[in-house]
Amino acid sequence: MVVTVRSQTVRRCVTESGYGPGMTKMILISAALAAICWTGCKKGGSEVTLNASGSSFQRQFQEVAIQGFTKTTPGVKINYSPGGSGKGRQDFADKVTDYGCMDGLYKEADLANVKGGPFLYFPILLGAITVSYHVEGVDKLQLSAETIAKIFQRDIKKWNDPAIAADNPDAKLPDADIVVAHRSDGSGTTEQFTKYLDAAASGVWKLKSGSTVQWSADTQAGQGNGGVAQIIKSMKNAIGYVDLPDAKAAGLAYATVKNQAGKFIEPSSASASAAGEGIDVQDNLTYVSVNAKGDAAYPITAPTWCVAYAKQTDKAKGTALKAYFKYMLTDAQARIKDINFAPLPKSLADKAVAQLDKIQVP
Amino acid sequence: MQLSELHGHKQYADRAFRGLALGAAGLVLLVLGLIAVKMTQRAWPAFGLGFFTSTQWSAPDGLFGALPFLWGTLYTAAIALVLAVPVSLGVALFITQVAPPWLKKPMVYLLDLLAVVPSVVFGLWGVLVLSQHFGLGRSFLTAGVILAIMIIPIIASLAREVIETTPVADKEAALALGATRWEMIRASVLPHSKGGIVGAVMLGLGRAMGETIAAALVIGSALGQITLNAFAPGNSMPAVIANEWGEAREPHRAALIALAVTLFVITIAVNLIATTIVQHSMKRSHGT
Repeated sequence: MVVTVRSQTVRRCVTESGYGPGMTKMILISAALAAICWTGCKKGGSEVTLNASGSSFQRQFQEVAIQGFTKTTPGVKINYSPGGSGKGRQDFADKVTDYGCMDGLYKEADLANVKGGPFLYFPILLGAITVSYHVEGVDKLQLSAETIAKIFQRDIKKWNDPAIAADNPDAKLPDADIVVAHRSDGSGTTEQFTKYLDAAASGVWKLKSGSTVQWSADTQAGQGNGGVAQIIKSMKNAIGYVDLPDAKAAGLAYATVKNQAGKFIEPSSASASAAGEGIDVQDNLTYVSVNAKGDAAYPITAPTWCVAYAKQTDKAKGTALKAYFKYMLTDAQARIKDINFAPLPKSLADKAVAQLDKIQVP
Repeated sequence: MQLSELHGHKQYADRAFRGLALGAAGLVLLVLGLIAVKMTQRAWPAFGLGFFTSTQWSAPDGLFGALPFLWGTLYTAAIALVLAVPVSLGVALFITQVAPPWLKKPMVYLLDLLAVVPSVVFGLWGVLVLSQHFGLGRSFLTAGVILAIMIIPIIASLAREVIETTPVADKEAALALGATRWEMIRASVLPHSKGGIVGAVMLGLGRAMGETIAAALVIGSALGQITLNAFAPGNSMPAVIANEWGEAREPHRAALIALAVTLFVITIAVNLIATTIVQHSMKRSHGT
């Protein structure tokens, strides 16, 4: 509304009566653009394109897997758009994408809105969520679930609080205010972290579980795992939850967390895999992986799945989809340790591969 | 070609043009109406239960109160206006009254160019320079400053256009009576352009309230903050929508869409008032 139009072409169109050279130019340009769009829109030959969206937790893995798969399987193009698990669920239900990836399952009420009929959950990997901190002079920190819950809901406000000291008899904790960092954006990481606190500190944790929760006003919010990592790194006496790859990338120190067996476990690819061994897997391959049983299990281990429709409608796409899922569950699992996530326990991966047979391709 | 043939051709073209223009206008109204209806439909469950009075925002509890975000949107927009209006007016007056002709054209061009820079660029600059380097942190103030920078080009260029329409005779009359340049501006330029400038400011206000990415990056994303302390972190409606949409499940989504509807209504209202004022002022200055 404010920008005044100075285009020479349009001015000539308007001032000259009838079809002058300006108008001809415009028609030719429009025709050329239309022709380009048309050829671009036509399906290119034998190439199959799979579209997917969802969990940003899985983004790195999807990138690695897509790269590996498309190198060995020419003629297939896969686009993964990491807009969040919520978006992944919505897009898949609306049949906008061919497969979706999510850290949280569909709720009962939402199942009715899934347009493509019955679908299957395929577990993909496990990821450790660290409790990272920045306190000078404290190299090792041990925390139990109740202490973590009290810190993050601001019942404990100082580092030398008796509850933290009880978990850490040998540590020199400063008399300083704790700066709590959490996510400003909706996040599957938040959902799993709060789910863990709900399960492991059930009498103590008040904020319940969700992709966003009502954090106290005197806390810091960061965008993405990277944003929270940055807050912890730059602010003294900060503590926050960051997934393992981002915590390592930012060089943060993280705490060992007490698991159900009573042992303090360090977050790592191995301890997250150990958590995988101790989970109760349902028939449809869904499970809760936080607060897992087992001596070596890391208690804040997050699950993540990809979903696909049981009845595929396109032969080429269906075949490509099955092949890619197989790749994710077999060859790609070997590369998961390199990106600091944990591969699925063999029994679970085998179950998932067996479930692939349930996908019918026309 | 016979005269009657020529005449008929022009009439047909004329009617076709009218139909096309009417259709386009109708389409715009239809789309606007559809957006309003569809979004209100989806947002409906969130609107009861103290949506505009509660300060709670807890997704797992299903409690959604928009008051702190409403405050954040209005407060940052107010800060932006307080900073932007004097600067924009200064720029507009400088370009029209003070600048030598060789400087005027490039400045106008530059100003219009600034208005089309995507807001995410300003947002990123705000995070890196204002927030981190200058240590302003993430707060209402930082967001207000970024918004001010974004709306100055809009307000300044519209104000400039309005000021340009001041009749030269009025200006020369003031100067002839011995007024200094500033007195001339006060006596003939400003009274004439008052309405248009107010309209320009309100258009800038509308834009400031809707800025999403830039606000989301520097406002601090704190919940429940209703405070006049400009250095405190806060939150605004577009920032919340941008941050929380990707992972939201149903009752939460309805609440976010309700925020969008609220923003829609407020921004339309502001823009309508502004357009009316600008039109009214233009009409007066052009004498029609």
